Amino acid sequence: MIVEKIFNKWILVFLFLIPVLGFIFEEPYYITLTTKVVILGIAGIGLNLALGYCGLISFGHAAFFGLGGYVTGILSFHDLNSELIFSWPFVTSGSSEMLVIWPIVILSSAFLALIIGLLSLRTTGVYFIMITLAFAQMLYFFAISWPNYGGEDGLSIYMRNSLPMINTMDPLTFYFICLCWLLIVIFISAKLINSSFGMAFQAIKQNEERVKSVGIETFKVKLLVFVISGTITGLAGSLYTDLNRFISPSVLNWQMSGEIMVFVILGGIARLYGPLVGAAFFIVLEQTLGGYTENWQFWLGLILILEILYVRTGILSLFEKKLKYEK
Amino acid sequence: MTSILFFEQLLNGIQFGTMLFLMSAGLTLIFGVMGLINLAHGSFYMIGAFSAALIAGLTGSFWLALLASLSGAAIAGVLIEILIIRRLYRRDHLDQVLATFALILLLSEGVRWCFGAFPLYLDIPENLNGTLPILDDIIYSKYRLFIIFMGLLIATGLYILITKTRLGVRIRAGQNDRQMISALGVDISKLYTIVFALGASLAGLAGAMIGAIQSVEVGMGEPILILAFVVIVIGGIGSIKGALIGSILVGVTDTIGRIFLPELLKIFMEPASATSVGSSIGSMLIYILMALILIIKPSGLFGKT
Repeated sequence: MIVEKIFNKWILVFLFLIPVLGFIFEEPYYITLTTKVVILGIAGIGLNLALGYCGLISFGHAAFFGLGGYVTGILSFHDLNSELIFSWPFVTSGSSEMLVIWPIVILSSAFLALIIGLLSLRTTGVYFIMITLAFAQMLYFFAISWPNYGGEDGLSIYMRNSLPMINTMDPLTFYFICLCWLLIVIFISAKLINSSFGMAFQAIKQNEERVKSVGIETFKVKLLVFVISGTITGLAGSLYTDLNRFISPSVLNWQMSGEIMVFVILGGIARLYGPLVGAAFFIVLEQTLGGYTENWQFWLGLILILEILYVRTGILSLFEKKLKYEK
Repeated sequence: MTSILFFEQLLNGIQFGTMLFLMSAGLTLIFGVMGLINLAHGSFYMIGAFSAALIAGLTGSFWLALLASLSGAAIAGVLIEILIIRRLYRRDHLDQVLATFALILLLSEGVRWCFGAFPLYLDIPENLNGTLPILDDIIYSKYRLFIIFMGLLIATGLYILITKTRLGVRIRAGQNDRQMISALGVDISKLYTIVFALGASLAGLAGAMIGAIQSVEVGMGEPILILAFVVIVIGGIGSIKGALIGSILVGVTDTIGRIFLPELLKIFMEPASATSVGSSIGSMLIYILMALILIIKPSGLFGKT
């Protein structure tokens, strides 16, 4: 465990170094890639809370990622066109201020997670997996067939949303905004996991009946974890829209849910930095294999299957064991 | 006019439903007997369609192509079961979801590698082309009627297989108590392979039959896979009866909803917004239906509680 902690420190050092090096050597592409890793890492950390720590196998986290993305896109779209979003029951206009967008994203993802959680948590096991999947698909089809915001073609927002006194269009600056969010999310997750609430939701993963028998209302605990988890992933979706200045229904697709899940599993389930490592590995794989062959997903699939069949505990655990034996 | 349209759409819904049944019957059997949640089931749908397109291209015979879809998907099913799936039965659902998700990537890209990214086409045979008059003034596509007929034929076949044959007895016993039937000397791993291959071949057949009206392309299996999930969640996981009723329910709701919801909304709203709202809600309708059923009965219509 200690070795893993040292490794985690190194991850943070790398996260500072790579984009700065990219800046010095004028390779902005690497800054964008690292930004993507950080954002997808945040999405994964969100899912990891529910999936890794509480055992809630949500196959529908794309719903939150996509909602965060669309809320950001829609607010900014209306701001650019200076159209009202709706004028009844109260006047609401768009905004391109991140400080306005973030709270709205957080509230709306939390609200969506509350509704999906209230319905889905009535079920367990396979039913839970499938109903979360179905809710995400429901939003996906809604996004495709709703013509106002681009439908299937998606929505471009031309200008990245802004922060006071900061130029967010600069790749390095935007990267550090995302990195700040990553650190905040890691900090919150670490606090949560070690709190008494955290003990409760981790115990639920082990044995829900027992947790119930000591008087904890497990439904409420699970619901709260699900809401926090969905909110974090929603926030990542918002940053993702700003990174690409584009949002399309494909981020709501079930493959997105699968990919977020893959980040968690590849890195190591129920490990704080696991999803980040998983996302980094995924992006590196996409970039390197994608350079050699169009069919890089074939190899991704193969690696994943081998990982699940033979390694089972993710990249971080591999690293941890190796160092332990070396001692 | 509307009653004819309604009747036509109802038949379309039933036709869609019978295809969904071919998918979901395998899915629900595999879950019921082996406890495996198989995301890669849609890949067998695709493999079936591609095998059919390949054989149809070589021989020009639609019937041989259907046969090829059955056997191609079954062979792929046996291979994949022995190489990969077999190791997943004892794992938790999370491992199963991820491993079969990875299998989708592997199989989709594999097929793209072999056949290229362009869609293939399967021709409907001469004698099933055209329409057939049913009832007074309603004409309906012969091929779609053929699909409904095939679906019903297979549903009956499955019913006989499950209730009347020795294999069926074993499958039902496997659903009830896995340990007990292996203790009684049934070769359980062979049974699992057979059930998996049976499910795969049904999916393959569905793929070939739908491939003839749509196109045969990589990724064709996933949309229908998710619908099949909705079906088995509605019907109750593990229940073939549930899969049949769920399929028809989902098929009809989806088809009718998409056509008639915009019309219905036009009574209350302006036509333009009624069309967009109606089609958006229409495409979400089956998911709303599923959510409603799960609120009333969390284990589906015919699921074990």
